[in-house]
Amino acid sequence: MNFVAVTLEFIAGQTAAVPLIPRSWAWRVLTLSDYNTRVVLYGTTLLGIAAGLLGVYMLLRKRALLGDAISHATLPGVAATYLWSVSAGYEKSLALLLIGAAISGGLGGLTVLALRHVAKLREDAALGIVLSVFFGAGVALVGIVQQDSGGNAAGLEGFIYGKAAAMTAEDAWLSGGAALLVMLIVWAIGKELQILCFDSELARSQGLPVLLLDTLLIALVVGVTIVGLQAVGLILVIALLVIPAAAARFWSDSLKQILVVSACIGGASCSIGTLTSATFAKLPSGATIVLVACGGFAVSLVFGSARGIVWQGLRHRRMRDQQDFQHFLRFAYEYLESQNNAGPFIKPGSVPIALSHLIHSRTWSAHRVLAVGQQLQKLDMVVMRPDDCIELTKRGWLAARRIVREHRLLEMYLLRETDVDLGQADRDADYLEHGLMPEHLMDLDEAMRAESLFDVPASPHPLLPETVASDLPSRVLPEQGKTA
Amino acid sequence: MSAELSWEIDGWIILAGALCAMSAALLGNFLVLRRQSLLGDAISHAVLPGLAAAFLLTGQRQGWVMFLGAASVGVLTVLLTELARQFGRVDESASIGVVFTFLFALGLVMIVQAADSVDLDPGCVLYGSIETSMIRKMPLFGLSIPRVVVTLGTTLTINSLFVAAFYRMLKVSTFDPQLARAQGVPVNFLHYALAGLVAVTSVASFESVGNILVVAMFVVPPVAAWLLTDRLKVMIVLSLVIGVLSAVLGHLAAINVPIWFGYRSTSTAGMMAVASGGLLFFCVLFAPRKGLLSQLLRQWEVSLRILGEDVLATLYRAEVAGQNAVRLVGLVRSLLVTKLWARIVIEFLQLRRLVSRESDGLRLTTAGRSRAQNIVRSHRLWEHYLASEAGMSNEVLHDGAERLEHFTDRQMRERLLVESNAPSTDPHGRPIPPEA
Repeated sequence: MNFVAVTLEFIAGQTAAVPLIPRSWAWRVLTLSDYNTRVVLYGTTLLGIAAGLLGVYMLLRKRALLGDAISHATLPGVAATYLWSVSAGYEKSLALLLIGAAISGGLGGLTVLALRHVAKLREDAALGIVLSVFFGAGVALVGIVQQDSGGNAAGLEGFIYGKAAAMTAEDAWLSGGAALLVMLIVWAIGKELQILCFDSELARSQGLPVLLLDTLLIALVVGVTIVGLQAVGLILVIALLVIPAAAARFWSDSLKQILVVSACIGGASCSIGTLTSATFAKLPSGATIVLVACGGFAVSLVFGSARGIVWQGLRHRRMRDQQDFQHFLRFAYEYLESQNNAGPFIKPGSVPIALSHLIHSRTWSAHRVLAVGQQLQKLDMVVMRPDDCIELTKRGWLAARRIVREHRLLEMYLLRETDVDLGQADRDADYLEHGLMPEHLMDLDEAMRAESLFDVPASPHPLLPETVASDLPSRVLPEQGKTA
Repeated sequence: MSAELSWEIDGWIILAGALCAMSAALLGNFLVLRRQSLLGDAISHAVLPGLAAAFLLTGQRQGWVMFLGAASVGVLTVLLTELARQFGRVDESASIGVVFTFLFALGLVMIVQAADSVDLDPGCVLYGSIETSMIRKMPLFGLSIPRVVVTLGTTLTINSLFVAAFYRMLKVSTFDPQLARAQGVPVNFLHYALAGLVAVTSVASFESVGNILVVAMFVVPPVAAWLLTDRLKVMIVLSLVIGVLSAVLGHLAAINVPIWFGYRSTSTAGMMAVASGGLLFFCVLFAPRKGLLSQLLRQWEVSLRILGEDVLATLYRAEVAGQNAVRLVGLVRSLLVTKLWARIVIEFLQLRRLVSRESDGLRLTTAGRSRAQNIVRSHRLWEHYLASEAGMSNEVLHDGAERLEHFTDRQMRERLLVESNAPSTDPHGRPIPPEA
C-alpha cells in the first residue's frame, strides 16, 4: 500500500474519494481496534520485557552473546522438524517447529558449555564455532527443504528475518505465553541469579547449584529465542537480549532499577517497532524493532542518569572545578603566609594577591585562573580587583585555611607513614586531598596528634619563594593569554 | 549410491570454497588469538548496510565501490564498538552485539526499502549460492574462469600479502599488545586494517559462498589448528589445510549425503561449515597434546605407573615380611583397586619383566626387586624427612610419603639423605633399605 498517499489523504480529509481499505487498515493499526494487531502487539511487548529482564542477567554473567549462538543454533532444529513432519505426513504446525528449535537451540547452548569446560576453549571461540557450524547445518537442511517443497518452505524464511506483522493471533498467544513463563521463572529465581551473576565463586561457596543455574539460564535464553524467532528473526533476536540491558546500565547502578529500565526499554522497543512496521510499508518488523531499541540505546548512552555521557561530563566538570577552587584558595592562602599575613583574618582590601603569582604556582593558563577567580567571586570567597589582584573574603579565607590544613596534614602523614620524599608528598597530597571525608580528617588528626583541631600546621617543605612571583610581569592576563 | 562428479563444475566449486576458506582462515588465526572470534561474525553481518549503500549508489553488484563500502563499514563496526566500550563501559561482547545488530537491521531496512530498484536478496547474502555463481565466467590468461574464483583468488592474495608484510608486527601485537606499543608497532592501525580486510573477505565471499561459510572459516579452522600446535606459523599453515579440507569434504557431503536420505544435493556452503565443524570435533577428540583422548591417555598412563609402583612396593614389603608370593586377591584388597585394573597393571608389569606369575602367586623378578627397593627407600626417607624436618604428625606421614614416592628419583633420595642426616630407620622404626 502506498503510505504517503494514504497519509496525504488523511490530512486532506478526502475520505469518500479513496478506497477505504488501506486507510482504515492504517487507522486500525494505530488505534489497536484490530484484534490481530492487538494480540501481536501484546505478544511482542511481552517478548521485549522478558528479553530485557533476562538480558540483564546475561550481560552481568558476561555471556551477552550466548543468545546469538543459541538463536543461530535453532535453525537446524526448525528445518529438521519441518522435514520430519512433512515426511511423517503431519500438518506444518508452529508449535512443532518451535519444539524442534528449542531442542537444537538448547543443544547449541550446551555445546558452548562443553567446548568451554571440557575442551577448554575460550568463550568467544566456543560461541563462534557453535554459531557457524549449527547455522551451516541449518542452511544445508533448509536447502533440502527448499527443493523438497518449494513454496511451502517460504515459511521458514520468516524465522530468519522475523515476520511480526504476519503473525496470527494464535502465534502471538503462544509467544506471549512463553514470554510470561520466562518472566515468572526469572522473577522466582532472581535472588539466586543475582548471586550467580555478581560472584559465581560466592554462589558456589553458598551451595548454589551453579551448573544447574547456568543451564537454566541457557534454557531461558532458548525460551526467549524461540519466541523471538517469530517476531524479530533468529539473527536479530540477540539484539533484544543485549541492547535493552546494555542501555539500562546507563541509567542506574542498582540491579533492581536496571531490571525495570531494561524491561521498559525492551517492551517499548518491541511495541513501537511492531506498530511502526505494521503502519509503514516495506519495514521488516525485526529490523524496525532493533532500530527502535538502538535509538533507546543511543538516548541512554548520551542522557543516561548514571553513566550517560552528558551527566558524566557534567560530573567531571564539577569535580575539576572543585579541585581548581581548592588549589586556587590554597595558593592564595600560602601567598598570604609567605607575606607573614596569614592570620588572623585581615579585612578585605588590605592584602592583595597578584594573579600572576597563582598562575606561576599552578602552571595554569591565565584564562583558567581568571575563570576560577570569577566563579569564586560568585561564591563570595574572593574579590577580584581591577589591577589583576584578588583579595580573600572572610568566607574565602576560612575555606582556604581549612584546605591548607587538610593538605598539610596529609603531607605530614605521607611523609611519616610512607617513604615518599618531600616533592612527592606535595604531589600525592594534591591528588588525595580532594577526596577526603571529614572522618578521614579526624583520623589524620589523631594520627598526627595535632595540638588543636583548628591549627594550621606549618608546611613541611618551603613554599614558593616570593621573588619568583615578583619576577613575573605584573600585567599578565590579556597579553599572556593561554600560554602562561 | 553416489553422485557423479564433474570436474568442470565441481572442481570450480571446490576451488572457490577452498579459496574462500583460506582467505578467511588466514585472518581468523589472528582474530581467534586476539579473543575476537566474534568480530568476524559481527563484521560479516554489519557490512550489509555498506553493501546496500553501494548498490543504491552504483546500481551494480560488482566493483570496487562495493568493496570500499564494505571495508569502511567493517572499520566503522570496530570504531563504534570501541566507542560504545569506552563511553558506555559496556563489556566488549555486549558492545559488539549492539553495534552489529544495529548495522544489520539498518542494512535489512535499506535493502527492503530499495527492493524495487536493486536486485539483492538477503537470503542469497546469507546462504550464498556457490552452485549458481559458477555460471558467470570471465576470460583470464586465455582461460574461461568463473568470476567468483577470480574475486576470491584476489582476496586471498591481498590477505596473504597483508599477513606476510606485517607478520612480525601482527604476532607481537596479538600476543603482547603492550610490548608492541612500547616497540612502536602501530597496534591500532593493525587492528583496523584487520577489521577492514575481514569486511572485504566477507563481501568477496557473499555472493559466492554466503555469509555463513566465511563466519565458520574465520573461527573453526584456526581453533582446530590451535588445538594441534602451539607455533603460530604452523598454526596458520594447518588452518589453511583444514580450510581446504573442509571445502572438499563439504562439497562431497553436500552432493552425497542428502542422496542417502532420498533428497537431491543441498547447499554446499552450509555443508562446508558442517565439515569444518566435523574436523574441529575430530581435533578436539584426537589432537596430540590438547585433545581429550590424549589427555585421558596421559591420565591413564600416570595412574598405571603409580599403581604399578604400588604393586611392586607391596610385593617387596611382603617379601621382607617373609611371604614369598602374593595372590591377586590380596593385592586387590590391600591396594583398594578393582580386579580389572589390578589385572591390567599386572599384565603391564609382567610385560616389563618386573613381576613373574608363579603357581603360588606373584613374585618380584630381580629387576622388579631393585625397583621396589628404591620405591620403599623413597617412601621411608620421605617419612623420616616429613617427620623430622617438616614436623608432620605420625598419622599423616604415610599419606604424604605415599604421594611423593612416585616422583622421587635417585638424586632426590640422595638429597633427602643429606638433609635428614642419613637415618637408618623411618619414624615407625622400620629399616630404610639401601639404594639398589
